[in-house]
Amino acid sequence: MTEPAFPPIDLEVPAHEHAKRLRAGDYTARALAEATLARAHAQEPALHAYIAFTDHEALAQADEADARLASGDAGPLTGIPIAIKDLISTRGVPTTAGSRMLDGFTPIIDATVTARLRTAGAVLVGKANLDEFAMGSSTEHSAFGPTRNPWDLERVPGGSSGGSAATVAARGVPLALGTDTGGSIRQPAALCGILGLKPTYGRVSRFGVVAFASSLEQVGPFGLDAEDVGNLLGAIAGLDECDSTTAPMPVPDYAAGLERGLEGLRVGVPDALFAQGLEPGVAAAVEEAIVVIEANGATVTRGVELPTASAALPVYYLIAPSEASANLARYDGVKYGFSDLDGPSSVEEMSRTRGRGFGDEVKRRIMLGTYALSAGYYDAYYRKAQQVRTLIRGEFETAFGQYDLILTPTTPGVAFRLGEKTDDPLAMYLNDLFTIPANIAGIPAISMPCGFSEGLPVGLQLMARPFEEETLLRAAHGYAAVTDWHLRRPPPADQAGERP
Amino acid sequence: MALSTEDVRHIATLARIDLADDEVERMREQLSGILEHFETLAAIDTEGVAPTAQTFDLTNVEREDASREPAGRDDVLRNAPRKDGPYFRVRAVLD
Repeated sequence: MTEPAFPPIDLEVPAHEHAKRLRAGDYTARALAEATLARAHAQEPALHAYIAFTDHEALAQADEADARLASGDAGPLTGIPIAIKDLISTRGVPTTAGSRMLDGFTPIIDATVTARLRTAGAVLVGKANLDEFAMGSSTEHSAFGPTRNPWDLERVPGGSSGGSAATVAARGVPLALGTDTGGSIRQPAALCGILGLKPTYGRVSRFGVVAFASSLEQVGPFGLDAEDVGNLLGAIAGLDECDSTTAPMPVPDYAAGLERGLEGLRVGVPDALFAQGLEPGVAAAVEEAIVVIEANGATVTRGVELPTASAALPVYYLIAPSEASANLARYDGVKYGFSDLDGPSSVEEMSRTRGRGFGDEVKRRIMLGTYALSAGYYDAYYRKAQQVRTLIRGEFETAFGQYDLILTPTTPGVAFRLGEKTDDPLAMYLNDLFTIPANIAGIPAISMPCGFSEGLPVGLQLMARPFEEETLLRAAHGYAAVTDWHLRRPPPADQAGERP
Repeated sequence: MALSTEDVRHIATLARIDLADDEVERMREQLSGILEHFETLAAIDTEGVAPTAQTFDLTNVEREDASREPAGRDDVLRNAPRKDGPYFRVRAVLD
């Protein structure tokens, strides 16, 4: 066996460190892509974080990145490997949404976020696993089988962007994109011990993202630190004429203001919002984090009132399924994807296609939404939920008059066991109790690692005013400067003998 | 609010989802439980409160009315389960 010509590439470092080393010529984007793919493939039997790898595309993109690096035309993401949640369209690469319903479907367009990553020179290594149509909090609802949590392979990584979170946490890839409709970036980030950010509604284009709940969802970044999360957000954010809900505001340089840290920030803690059902180990980690945040220049006020925010869960589970029932009406077996062609009539074919193509959770939510929108129930359910949404949004607006950030735990508990909640949809929904309010109010929120309970990561959530992602990132950067939770990594998933 | 089996079958018909008998019963139990949880909303006073459909108050976003190349027809049809020349093929809708 011959010695490698270069020392092995350190895959433990964040993306901005790879960017520096690529520019310095320590290694090529091609070598980084090969090393990353080798590790991600080796971890796959244990984690199942991917629905598909895109080795061929990745190596071609890496070669292009090397050409740009050589010519001095490289940005922070040029040559950086990235995983994309398989809800996001990739031209010429099948996109499944984690569902049998999209069998055989290959997008003829790139989502705007995919196109922007290509422009930035990022290297797409694969399509990450997810709950079917992003409906779920554990990635167990994927038609392609569950992803496992790298901290404990018997536990879920969270969801719906569980594949994206698991592969970044395992250092299989330094960056990933997810989507967040009710917590689908922040909850898996918390359960896997990494950072995840849901941008303000309208900050990032949804064009080319398989639609679930159009008024709630956003695409957002996963990473190992605030600088990486900021750089990835900066690459995908901004106005898009293909999505008329995108905001015309300029996109700031999110990495620029990080050094301001926690100094002078006013943080409000709505204790009553997370009083019920919180695991003691999670509560202890969050209390400790609050002490650290206060000791490092922020002012913390307890007992902030957000009385209606506790009703965000039922509001969400009326609005999201209602929007889903309309969005998923497009899966009729005619235009693309799975089709049951054996029905006796057109309507029968459609019903059989949908009955066989959708998984249980998706059917449940379509049914729930169809019911909430049906004659006689619209006012009592859908309209009522939208009115309560107005009240919740108003409460946040009031609170943000006094505070720059609202702090909560990201989740009520740490990662649960596979199968523990699959038979009880309501227990699964309660996972999203603290993350849902930000989607209802349309505000940005981040989850960052803040400790451990039972040997599993705990996430801290910060929420900010609309379009103040910079405040979230500087706070996360400031907290990480005085703690080392974000540096803890799970045991290697590609070496079965070394698991705890 | 407890749903009946007939309610579930009616919703499934509206949603165009073919459900097996055991699915109907499971769906009835689960949806009834979820709807019961939603009854907490009824206690919230929303008299005179306007509904929020989206949180970012943009209205009437316009762009220049310029024509562009559409997606290629052949590309679109490549994903179709059943086609006939340049058309999607479907069963007769009327008897």
